[in-house]
Order: sequence, then C-alpha cells, then structure tokens
Amino acid sequence: MSGIPVDPVYGEGPNPGEYPFTRGIRPSMYRSRLWTMRMFAGFGTASDTNARFKEILRNGGTGLSTAFDMPTLMGRDSDHEWALGEVGRAGVAVDTLADMRDLFADIDLGHVSTSMTINGPAHIIMAMYIALAEETSVERSSLSGTIQNDILKEYQAQKEYIFPPRPSMRLITDLIRFTATEMPRWHPVSVSGYHIREAGSNAPQELAFTLANGFAYVEAAVAAGLDIDDFAPRLSFFFNSHSDFFEEIGKFRAARRIWARWMKERYGAQDERSMLCRFHTQTAGVSLTAQQPEINVARVALQALAAVLGGSQSLHTDSFDEAMALPTEDAARIALRTQQIIAYETGVANVADPLGGSAYVEWMTDEIERRAEEIFAHLDQLGDGSILEGVYAGIDNGYFVGAIADSGYRFERAVNAGRRIVVGVNQFTEGDHPGDRNLLRIDPQVEVDQLKRLADVKKSRNESAVASALAELTVDAAEPTVNIMPATIRAVQALATEGEIVAALEAVFGTYVETAVM
Amino acid sequence: MSQPPIRIVLAKIGFDGHDRGLRMVARMLRDAGCEVIYLGLRQTTENVVAVVEQEDADAVGLSMHNAQHLTLAPRMVSALRNADLEVPVILGGVIPDQDVAPLMEAGVAVILGPGASAEEVVSAVRGAVASRS
Repeated sequence: MSGIPVDPVYGEGPNPGEYPFTRGIRPSMYRSRLWTMRMFAGFGTASDTNARFKEILRNGGTGLSTAFDMPTLMGRDSDHEWALGEVGRAGVAVDTLADMRDLFADIDLGHVSTSMTINGPAHIIMAMYIALAEETSVERSSLSGTIQNDILKEYQAQKEYIFPPRPSMRLITDLIRFTATEMPRWHPVSVSGYHIREAGSNAPQELAFTLANGFAYVEAAVAAGLDIDDFAPRLSFFFNSHSDFFEEIGKFRAARRIWARWMKERYGAQDERSMLCRFHTQTAGVSLTAQQPEINVARVALQALAAVLGGSQSLHTDSFDEAMALPTEDAARIALRTQQIIAYETGVANVADPLGGSAYVEWMTDEIERRAEEIFAHLDQLGDGSILEGVYAGIDNGYFVGAIADSGYRFERAVNAGRRIVVGVNQFTEGDHPGDRNLLRIDPQVEVDQLKRLADVKKSRNESAVASALAELTVDAAEPTVNIMPATIRAVQALATEGEIVAALEAVFGTYVETAVM
Repeated sequence: MSQPPIRIVLAKIGFDGHDRGLRMVARMLRDAGCEVIYLGLRQTTENVVAVVEQEDADAVGLSMHNAQHLTLAPRMVSALRNADLEVPVILGGVIPDQDVAPLMEAGVAVILGPGASAEEVVSAVRGAVASRS
C-alpha cells in the first residue's frame, strides 16, 4: 500500500518453478495467474444447481465444481429403495443424460472449466458430460476440467465405492487412457486427500496416503501399457487446509517436493510437467462448528490463507453455516469474498512462496516429508516393492481405516480433555444450542419431482436401444483390454440410467462390502 | 450392586458414508464400558431391527449427515416399535436445531449435537436406557 516495489521471489534457489518445485510450480506463481476460485455447489434438482452455478459465475467465481447427491455418488438411481430421503439433499441428483442437460443449461462447456466430484461411477458421469458437450457442438477435445475419479481414497476414508478395488482400478486406467488420447485438457483423476483428512487423519497421513494413491495410479497406468509422460501431466491433487497454519503450509510444500522426486527418480518421468504436483484445496469442513457459526468465517479465512501461502492452484472456501446444512447463497458468497480479499487486498499474491526460507517453515516441510517417507516405506514393504500392491493390501487389512480412526480419536480426546482448544466448543462458549438460523432447506418436493422426471425419461426412450447398449457394455466390461468408455458413452446417449449401467457392470465386477472397523 | 453393561447397536442407514462421528462414538462408549455392536455403513432399517432383537440390545445409535434424518430416523423408531422393541433411538450427526422438536415428537430419545464430548455421549446413552427401564 505504501508503493514499495517487490520482486517476484526472494531468497535462495531452487526457486519457484524449478525442480523439485518445493516453492511452487511456476516462477512467479500468482503474479502471472491467480488460483482458480472454484466453489463447490450442488443441491436439489439439476435446474436448482444450474441456477446456483450461474450465481457463482456472476459473483466472480472462475470455475464450477459439482456436488452430487448420495444416490448418484453410489451409482444408484433416485428410485432405488435406499435413495429415500437422500435425493437432492447433499448434492444434485443425476440419473440420466437428461439431468446433465439441465445441470449445464446455458453454460458454455467449451469455455468454463468444470470439476465433478464423483468416484465410483465417475466414468458414467464423464460419459454424460462428453455426450452433452457433443450435443451442444463442443468437441470433447476442447473440454477442460477435472473429474475426481479417485477410488482408492473411497476404500480408505470417504466410503463411496461400488465395485471391488481391482475392477475399479481398471475403470480408472480406462479413463486415464481415454482422456490422454481424446481429451488433452481434461484431468482424469484428482487424487484426493481431502476426505482422508476429514475422516480423521493428521496432516502427514493426509499427505502420505494421498501421494501413495497417486503413485498407485501411476503404477496401474504404466502396467496397463501407458507411457508415464503421456498421462502424468494431467494428474492433479486435492488437499485439505486445516487450522494448524504452519503444518498446512509445510504439507503443501512437501507435497510438491515428494511428488517431483518420486516421479523423476522412481518412475522415470522425463517431462517436467509430469513432476508437477498441482492441487486444488478446500478448507476443512470438519473444523467448522455449529456453535457460534459466524466465527467459522475467521477459521475459513485463515485456512484459505494457508492454502494460498502453500501455493494452491485452485481453492474452495467453506461457508460458515456448513456444520448445520448445505450453504445458503449468502454464506457461499461470503466464502467466495474471503478468497477475493486474500487475492486482491492482502498482497500475499505478489510474491511467490513468501514464507520460503523461514527456518520454521523449512523445518516443518522437511519434517512432514520425513514422516510421509516412513509411510511410503511401510506401504512399499506391504506391497513387496509395489506401492499399488501395498495400497491394495492396506485397504484389505484395514491399515488405512485404522490409522485414520486412531488419529481422529486422539484429536477428539485432546479436545475432550481440554488439551486442545476449539473456540466456541470447549472454551469461550455461549451456551449449548446454536439456535435457529436461516438454513438451506431442501424441499421434499425435489424427490417427488426427480422421481417423476426419471419415470418420464424411461417412458420416452427406446427400450431396445437401452437393452442392447447395456448388453454391449457388459461384454466390454468382461474383456479387460477393451476400453469401457465408448460403450458407456453409447449407453448414456441411449438414456440408460446411471443405476442401470452400474448394475450391468456389477454383474461382471461384483460389489464391494467393507468389514466394519470402529 | 453393579449393573450389566449397556449393549448398544450403532449403524448408519442407507448411502451416507460419513462414519467418522459414529466410529468416534463407538470408541467413546466402548471406553466407558458399554458393549458396542458396531454395524457400520450401508445398513437397512430392517437389518438394524433384526440385530437389536438377536443381540438383545438396550439402545440404537444412528448418525446422519445428509439431511435425511427427518425421513429415516422416525422410520427407524416405528420399525422398532412395530417389532415390539422399546429400545431408545439416539441420533447424532448434522441435525439443525429446528429439526430437534419434530424428531423428538416422532419418538427419537436423544439428539446429540455436533461437538458433544465423550462425557455427554455416555451420559446421554445411560440416561436414555435408564429412563426406559
């Protein structure tokens, strides 16, 4: 504000933009391009969410991010018996291509980058998105965005799996291959630590499990015959930003260094873009309190600042009312404004890696890296020299779920015993009940409307075309060397439902049931 | 005179996969000496009723995070009552304040707010079980 001119970077090398990229993936970081302000939204019917998307874009959001409801995430239709009470509640309901048309109505898919948070049935939703784009004369090759498609963390933390791990991995490598050849601007996997952290892990575990999953996808894709430099530049990551400010910053910096080194040294990547750990960050939903919800605005601002100081490429800030319900439009706007304040008022975007060289930050970065390396060594040994096999083994033997539960419980006990202060919860309280607030309520009519819409689509479509598309899909699924994507695109174009496609695949792949671990 | 330990069935009904809170509560109750029958994810109402019956459980604990509580919690209560099981249903998760009264009217015994301490969880379960017998 005083007008003091600043350089793009301070301190000794390696600089931002130089291997191993501890200090950032680009030389001048946010001076050349700010992070994408990508707010996560989805509720009710596709039309409800479409309206919220347009509101976000009108308010200066620079990317879209789609939240699907539980039945959609689990690969089931809105009329499934378990879907009762869940349709459109915690995300948007998408059963068929017809819903996808409403979801992105009047949004130019050739120009907006879209992120879709879905995993088990990711390739089906991706097929719908591709089919929709082509209906609106947008080439699949010009689509840009990200589909989460990270199934490994589902077995470890988020629990939205459908098929067992190995056939799931085949679906993922199929999508990696498909996008590598046909959709050069698309990110086929967003390797996600966010949910691992939300489920209870600590920062080094979040980092280590996420990067290990990333190594596992690399090993699987290479085993499927792909060249590492053909797909690795399009892998991206998704981290949590929690409340321990310097630990989080150290975590982000360590992530870049570890990924770069492993990609180069262990997996032999030649292309520098394969070594870049590019990530989206979301502030920590689990840290938000229902007690005195307004103070969550301050928590979110600090967590977002850590994400920016850590060098995120994209950021979602949580809304202050999310400990109670999905965000209202007002709360979501405040969350977006928080990012804009950080970007345009604080000056932190003027210098790349402003904390680089701080003795504490550098030590923390090294320490988190060291702890992550211990976990990689464990997984490597568990998999007999393969991280992919180590991850499968850790899923089978409950290592991930158990380690996450232990960390979460340790944190909970510290809060209970008052060793760790949570403002508004165990200190500085104002009574037990948050009281009535203006919350986003999902009208039960949404479920009724969606069921009718699904029934109408089923009535309108050509049943024999659906049946033959699903039969073809089953044949392709049974043949591991055939890519599942083309048959999936044809099935969604015939208006087969997500649930029907999943059922056709379950007939070949089976269904995963976890052993309950408390 | 020592009481037999409380036996509680903990489950998540339907698709909701947010099991952190439920696993936490399971450990809190176990550490407090309760016998926890932890069913985990993707349970049906019918299965929970069957387990309560087989295991002769004293209480059922459910956790809901996706705004499905107004539909699923009352359904759990009626399914238990229809099977002549008078066990209390204890609900936790993301439950807005304004939903508490209708859920209590529908027969839910206790609603644990977010951030409930281990002490609050254990005493709520003990209270609900004691007031039944």
